[in-house]
This record gives sequence, C-alpha cells and structure tokens, in this order.
Amino acid sequence: MKYLDEYRDRDTVLKLVDEIHKITKQKWTIMEMCGGQTHSIIRYGIDELIPDKIRLVHGPGCPVCVTPIEMIDKALEITAQPNVIFTSFGDMLRVPGSNGDLFSVKAKGGDVRIVYSPMDAVELAKNNPENDVVFFGVGFETTAPANAMSVVAAKSQELKNFSVLISHVLVPPAIEAILQSEKNEVQGFLAAGHVCTIMGYEEYVPLCETYKVPIVVTGFEPVDLLQGILMTIKQLESGQYKVDNQYTRSVSQQGNDPAQKVLQDVFRVVPRKWRGIGEIPMSGWTLTDKYTNFDAEKKFGVIHTTADEPADCISGDILMGHKRPNECSAFGTRCTPENPFGATMVSAEGACAAYYKYHRFQTELA
Amino acid sequence: MTEFTLNCPIPFDNSGHITMAHGGGGKIMNQLIQNLFQSNFSNDVMDQLHDGAILDFSGSKLAFSTDSFVIDPLFFPGGDIGSLAVHGTVNDVAMCGAIPKYLSLSLILEEGFPVKDLERIIHSIKSASEKSGIDIVTGDTKVVDKGKGDGIYINTAGIGEVMPGVEISPLNVSPGDAIVISGDIGRHSIAIMAVREGLTFETTVESDSMAVNHLVKSIIDSGVTPHCFRDLTRGGLASALVEISQTAKIHIQIEESTIPVLREVRGACEILGFDPIYLANEGRFISFVKKNDVEKVLDAIPGSVKIGEVISNEKTRVTMKQPFGPEKIIDMLSGEQLPRIC
Repeated sequence: MKYLDEYRDRDTVLKLVDEIHKITKQKWTIMEMCGGQTHSIIRYGIDELIPDKIRLVHGPGCPVCVTPIEMIDKALEITAQPNVIFTSFGDMLRVPGSNGDLFSVKAKGGDVRIVYSPMDAVELAKNNPENDVVFFGVGFETTAPANAMSVVAAKSQELKNFSVLISHVLVPPAIEAILQSEKNEVQGFLAAGHVCTIMGYEEYVPLCETYKVPIVVTGFEPVDLLQGILMTIKQLESGQYKVDNQYTRSVSQQGNDPAQKVLQDVFRVVPRKWRGIGEIPMSGWTLTDKYTNFDAEKKFGVIHTTADEPADCISGDILMGHKRPNECSAFGTRCTPENPFGATMVSAEGACAAYYKYHRFQTELA
Repeated sequence: MTEFTLNCPIPFDNSGHITMAHGGGGKIMNQLIQNLFQSNFSNDVMDQLHDGAILDFSGSKLAFSTDSFVIDPLFFPGGDIGSLAVHGTVNDVAMCGAIPKYLSLSLILEEGFPVKDLERIIHSIKSASEKSGIDIVTGDTKVVDKGKGDGIYINTAGIGEVMPGVEISPLNVSPGDAIVISGDIGRHSIAIMAVREGLTFETTVESDSMAVNHLVKSIIDSGVTPHCFRDLTRGGLASALVEISQTAKIHIQIEESTIPVLREVRGACEILGFDPIYLANEGRFISFVKKNDVEKVLDAIPGSVKIGEVISNEKTRVTMKQPFGPEKIIDMLSGEQLPRIC
C-alpha cells in the first residue's frame, strides 16, 4: 500500500538502524511526543533495534491520557442529564472518571454515541432538535481544526442544541514544561508530525534556541521514526540544536493556513490541567467569546471538581520522561488496561498500555 | 486425552453492569464466561471450550451449537442477518469436524418491523440453508413491544454428524502442528462498520460471511487428519489463537507477513487505529494440522495460507514474527477495539 509499505520496508529499516549505530558515540535521552509514535516504537521494537546508548522516553502526546479526570467527570455529569446525546471519539469511552466511565453511563441508559467526526455530531443535532447534542472535543492541535469547524458549522446553522465539551491541549507548552522540570533528562525531541501538519514548526524554533535542544518533526512509521532518531542523534553528536523536518511529505514550515485561521477564530489560549502532570500555563484552548454559547461546561453548569490520580501512580513521571512504564511497581500487576490507575494506562495509545500490550514487563528489555 | 477442568477460584464480581465489552470477544467476555457461566455449568463437554459441543450418542457422535445474531445494519454488503444466522451456526458445527444437518430458527421481532424486511431475511435464510446443505426443522417466533428490540434478533441452533474418524479438540493441538487460515481476514468487521458509520472506500468491502462446512469436508476428504478447527468470529484471529494456546497450553508462533488482509481492510485499519488480527470474520477459520498435511489443506481450500506453527509446549503464549524487530506477544483485547482520536 502506497505511503505505508515503503515506510515499513525491512531493508530501509535495517539500513537506518545500522547508520544510527555507526554515528552514536555518547549516551542520549530522546523523547517522542506523540502517543501514536510511542505505540509504533513499541509495536515494531524500534527501541530494541537502536543502540543501548539511546534511551527513548515517552512524552505526554496521547490526548486521551492527558485529559483530566475532572473532564471525564463533567462528561459523565452531562451525559446523565435528560435528553442529552453525548458524542465522542471511541477511545474516550473507556477512560474512567472518579465514578465510572462513559461506557458504564451507557450501560445505565445514558445516550452515548461514538462518532468518527465532530461534523457527525452537528448532523445529529440537526436531526434531533428535541435533544441536546454534546461533542467531547478532546485532543491536540491535530484534531482541533475539525472540532473548531463543528462549532463554526453549528453557529452558521443556528443550532441551539449543539455544544462542545472542550479539553484541548497544545504541544509547545508541554515541551517547555518538560524542559523546565528539575528532573529533566530529555536532550532531544521527536515532535509529532500531524500536529505540525496543522501548525507548522516555527513555534518550536524559540524552544530549540532557549533550551539548546534539537527538535525533529517526525512521522509515525518505523522508517519515519528511525530517520527522526538519526536526525536527532546527528544534531546531538555535533552539538547542534535546531528544528529539523523529517516528515516533509506532510509538514511545511508554516503549516495549514486555513486551519490555523479557523483555530484563531474559534479558540483562545488558556491554562489547562494535564492528567498526571498538573496545570501547565497557557497550554490549552477554550472557545472564544464569539462561540461561548457552544461551550458545554457553561451550558450545563457542570461544577468544577478536582480529582487526583491514585497515590502510587507514576504517570506524571512517565509523561514528563523521568520514568518508563515498566519502572512502576504497579505496572502489569495492580495496574492493567482492565483496571487502569492513571493517565498512561487508560488509553490504548498511552505508554503504559503500549508496554502492557506488547509485554514489556522486564525493565532490562526497555 | 489429557483431563482438563477449569474451575476458576476467582469470585465473580457482581457489583457492576453489563457493558458492550462483555460481548466483545476479548478478555472481559472470557472472564464472564469462566467466572459466571462455566463455574455454574461446568461439565466434561463444556469444559472442552470449543465452538460447539461434541456429544456421544451410543457410538455415534453429534456436534451441537447455538448462536444469537444481533446486528446493525440488518443488511450489509455481502450478506444480512438471515444469511449470517445460518452461516454462524453452520460454521460452529463444522468446526467440530461435523457435517451440519439441521438448524432451529428462533426470531424475536420488534413491533412495527416491516414485513417486507422479514420476508427478505427469510428468503436469505432459505438460500443460505440450501447452499449450506442444511434443513431448518423447528422454530419459534416472539414479538416484543416497540422500542424493546432492534427490529429483529435471531437465534439458531444446529446439529451435525461428526465425520467418521475425526476427533477435533483444542487439546489435540501439539508442537509440530501447522496453522492454515482459510482466507483474508477482517472484511466482515470493516463492511459492517462502513455501512453503520458511513465510511467510504474506493471499492465496496464485502463481508466474508459464508458457510465453511464444505471447505471443512474437503479438508477431511483430502485425507488430512485435522487436530482442531476454529472459526474466527468476534475477537478475530488473535483471540482464536490465544484461546487455543491457553486451552492446549502451547506456544503458537505466527508470521505477520503471511496473514492475508485485503488492501481496503488494511487501509481502514490504519485510519481507525485497528489491528486486523482482532477484527471479526464470519466465514474464515484456522485449521491445526500436522506439518506434512499442510499442502493437502492448501490444495483443498483455494486462497488458504499457512500462517504459523505450534513450536513448543513449554510456554503458553502466541507470538508473531514481524519483518524486523522482536517477536511480538499476541494477547486478547480487553473488550472491543475502539476507533481512536488521531
């Protein structure tokens, strides 16, 4: 299959692995930002192909993982109200809040539906004027334009029964929070290719310069990831720190201009709490005043609650790159995908869930 | 044959509610089966944990199985709930190494369901029965209030005669066996999802729903002594392999590059974040046979492929060799696969 097979090609992979082995002289710690990248790394055993000197740690770029428990609780509270049709992408449904998940509300009679696009939720609102349709607008810069478009469409169609529960977060502030952490060991980043497809990569330049770290915009397939690692190691070994673009087949420096215009119109930047990490300044989006009527939190007056991870969950340390999943004493024993303790186990793309799925139980393997 | 009983000591947690995952073919469904059903009904036949029960009637062996069909949409490319209700049970009986003979047919209809649709479904059942070579010999009809059913639910039960000399059981699977898959995987899941969720592809993906009893018979007629068959329904290829590995306590090794997956199905999986080995099928099965019987099976079933082997009985696991990188351990999923955010 085009755009797939060539990026999973055995010979290309082995050639890149060989090249990485040849140029790596010192010990380096690199973080991939996106959950999709983490999943690919563990699935294809990329971390086992590269030299032991390179330590890969897994960043906070899994949107399901970092959505705070409070947001899930708000979703549950909204769903429990009469005449509400609550819509979401599938993988949010299994994430436990303080008291159950969306699947359990569905089991008790709540109307929860999986949609594949936020525009499907708008359509649902149009066709069900007697119901309030709420869409769970979760994700990074990647999913934000489509979510923003749903609000624009609802406004232009004057739909009063559509709203969005927003939990959008942004990558650059997270990178900065990681770099500012006293415990930080990350020396280079693989930035998420799809985020940069939307946003471009100009906003990463100041981060490289301020913190003297290379950031390589990277795709998601084995060849992409190995090229991204190779480009990062080349910079690290030669003392460089700049933004590089591995994912040229999708990413331009400026990104997607029409998408960014919609984002500017619909969202404004606010502080956001990240599950497992805590609040990061100016790290998320909420609706601008122009679209405030579509804000489900305001519409349903859901109470501001706080909820915390179990005390023995180290997901914060994992998301910040301080630890890896199999360095947790609860991993795979008390904490499993059926009974997740925290952020990184709740979603299939979380680092703990990926380690669990591919049986990375022993620390010496990692 | 090794004696095998499974009395799970874990107390059943009755505090929650049934969720969709309890019917998803993964770990959560298996826990329900083991901890509630099996612990209450345990007997020598059920504890074989096979697709159907093999019953001894004074010397002659009968295979018996039942299945219920709840599907949205009722009509989909490549089939409908009627043909599915025949194929599902026929295949379960065939997986016992039996020739399916008779089916029962129970319908639960929702008040308001169009008679025209019912007629279409009944015609489809008739046609599928004729093609499978079985007769519908008994049945039942119930109607429930509007809003208390999804139009139509169907249950079928089937019996068949186990072919002479054939002894099928996961417990017969042992090191040295090879695994042959009868065709490409995942089409049923993607065809249903495409209609239900309005996903479109360059070409229409048709469900793989079909009766496989004739294929099973051709394998046996070719002189092969099959050790086990398993159809790949909910939970897909992965769950079938894990179930057999756990029952037989064996290490199964498959090779990823050999597993046939249609281009459109692969594409849909990439978009949705699904793994084809967990997708449901309704007309695919795996055969466990001695390695030197593989060629005969491949000749008997056009489109079949050898995907792996049983490599030892020292460990109970399923692993998959990848084109590069380490061998991957294959596990059952918790519940169903969920389409991801990005």
